[in-house]
Amino acid sequence: MTVSDPQAPPGGAAVTELPDSIEITTEEGRRLAERLADNRPHARKLLEVRNLSTQFFTRDGVVHAVDEVSFDVDYGETLGLVGESGCGKSVTALSLVRLVPDPPGQIVDGQIIFDGIDILKLSRSEMRRLRGRKIGFIFQDPMTSLNPTLPIGFQISESARTHLGLSRNAAADRAVELLSKVGIPRARDRMGDYPHQFSGGMRQRVMIAIALACDPMLLLADEPTTALDVTIQAQILDLIRSLSAEFGTAVMLITHDLGIAAGMCHRVNVMYAGRIVETGIVDDVFENSRHPYAWGLLDSLPRLTDTRAARLRTIEGMPPDLINPGAECRFAPRCHYAQDRCRSEEPELTPRDGEGHQARCFGTEPGGWIP
Amino acid sequence: MTEQTGAIEAGVALERRKSTGLWGDAFRRLIRNRLAIVGGLFVIFLALTAAIGPMVTPFEYFDQHTQEVISNNNRPLTPMQQVEGLDHVHILGTDNLGRDMLSRLMDGARISMMVALVVQAVVLFIGIPVGAAAAWFGGRIDTFLMRITDVVYAYPDLLFIILLGVAFRETFFGKALDGLLLVFIAIGLTSWVTMARLVRGQLLSLKETEFVEAAKAIGVSDRRIVTRHLLPNALGPIIVAVTLGIPTAILAEATLAFIGIGVQAPRASWGSLVADGQAYLRSFPHMVLFPAIAIALALISFTFLGDGLRDALDPKLKGKQ
Repeated sequence: MTVSDPQAPPGGAAVTELPDSIEITTEEGRRLAERLADNRPHARKLLEVRNLSTQFFTRDGVVHAVDEVSFDVDYGETLGLVGESGCGKSVTALSLVRLVPDPPGQIVDGQIIFDGIDILKLSRSEMRRLRGRKIGFIFQDPMTSLNPTLPIGFQISESARTHLGLSRNAAADRAVELLSKVGIPRARDRMGDYPHQFSGGMRQRVMIAIALACDPMLLLADEPTTALDVTIQAQILDLIRSLSAEFGTAVMLITHDLGIAAGMCHRVNVMYAGRIVETGIVDDVFENSRHPYAWGLLDSLPRLTDTRAARLRTIEGMPPDLINPGAECRFAPRCHYAQDRCRSEEPELTPRDGEGHQARCFGTEPGGWIP
Repeated sequence: MTEQTGAIEAGVALERRKSTGLWGDAFRRLIRNRLAIVGGLFVIFLALTAAIGPMVTPFEYFDQHTQEVISNNNRPLTPMQQVEGLDHVHILGTDNLGRDMLSRLMDGARISMMVALVVQAVVLFIGIPVGAAAAWFGGRIDTFLMRITDVVYAYPDLLFIILLGVAFRETFFGKALDGLLLVFIAIGLTSWVTMARLVRGQLLSLKETEFVEAAKAIGVSDRRIVTRHLLPNALGPIIVAVTLGIPTAILAEATLAFIGIGVQAPRASWGSLVADGQAYLRSFPHMVLFPAIAIALALISFTFLGDGLRDALDPKLKGKQ
């Protein structure tokens, strides 16, 4: 039983044509239409994000939620995006599928190249063909991400019916197959069940089945285990890891749990206040971090050697106001190592030891004052 | 992975409880509510009367039993009154023209039920699209549609219906369905505003839910999100609003008939029966009493049923009763 070739669906129903073929109005849309059918790589990188800036236009001012963020995702790799609440992780992910609530949010600048297609140039309806088909999305809270009035079988089939033009029966067969793949026993019997009849962990499995229904090339997992208890977390992460390996799906895993990032990812981006402050291979970032914020994060993890009475370590202070970030290092107000230069000038991402390892800190640059 | 699955599989080897789903649960809660059951049964009774009434009615509602009235000294027959030389009685008596009251009440039930259905159909047909469009598109479209709604809401209902009734009385449209179509549409045109506001409010909050976000993230089209994901979630309040809107519509029709607008003779709605009988109120109260009781029972039944539905479909009460 393989799901890697959705063009030959189970149940023997042949795909004749898409239910509502894309209205192609742009050049990028035409290229997208040509590439929908298979998952062969068409570019050097699966995803190239360049200078992405997403802002929220609020009454109090413009919030620079994501500020000139650039990163790549390779075909089939798992990339982590870590940082504390409000640092722009989720907005980055939503920007990638153009689902930032508008108004007030808007992608104001930058490029998002997915498999060689500039998705910011796609029309709204073309974008809809990309979502779910090539980019799957797993949300944080499985309790609210499923429609309570529809049976889960319907919700899993919906994607396949929308994108692959499967008949009702063929889509249902595929949904059963996906449900058993994500580890739901007696899948066929449970197709007619409603979300309230599933536990949180089971619902997240259903969400994963929905996200993978069309065999996407990229899976955006926005804190997929935050709402689950620890044992279920491990199961869900195992599932994401094994399925992404099986289908060759790249994963962008958003998390504030460094342990999860360390265990799941090949590479990791550390975000702070709308910016990437450190990026590199997991080992480099965690073993040989070159940014005081990343140290702070790692330092605040509880250790097995801690005594019960020991207090958890924190990073002093609050993240900066993103309405007027100012021309300084954004971490400077909370940084023990900060010097005058950090408060008057913002550092760039510059290379450090290790492949692709970069950090945004004057102090750890060659010749800097931090050893 | 397989190990875990095996363990779970063993766990569900137990007999699975039959799943009831949202509507099954709601129905169970509804039938525990005694008032709602009484109301519901009477509503079913009314609907049956309307549906098969003409087949079981003792007389035609327009038959004038003139001879019986004449032999009764030109007085209407009172309920169960025996008239010499007659082998039948009129269970609820007759009116001043000798028309059987029971038959006329049964025909009135037909009219009231038609009001209930047609008016609510008009309300749904206008209210849902307007409310859904306002909520989904937001911005200027929302403002535009809601200001129209406000204007309709602010305009006096009866005045509007009366004006419409008078203006179109002599046209084909005004005469269709014995003059009822005009009344139905006029009532519908004034009642959709509450539905539009309800649907807008429901959809505005549903629109922000994560499952809508999730549906967008798998590329579901806007129209499908509204029809398959949003509206079914708002169905409970919509059903309640429809059920509670019916008595209002029936009352509006009766009021109009009472002042002579709408149904044309010889057909009579409960409202016009009351109007016809009021001249005889002192000597022959049965001519007013029965249609008035019919109106009251119908209104109370629909209201009980609506209240019961509201409790049954309210997710916050889930698991209580």
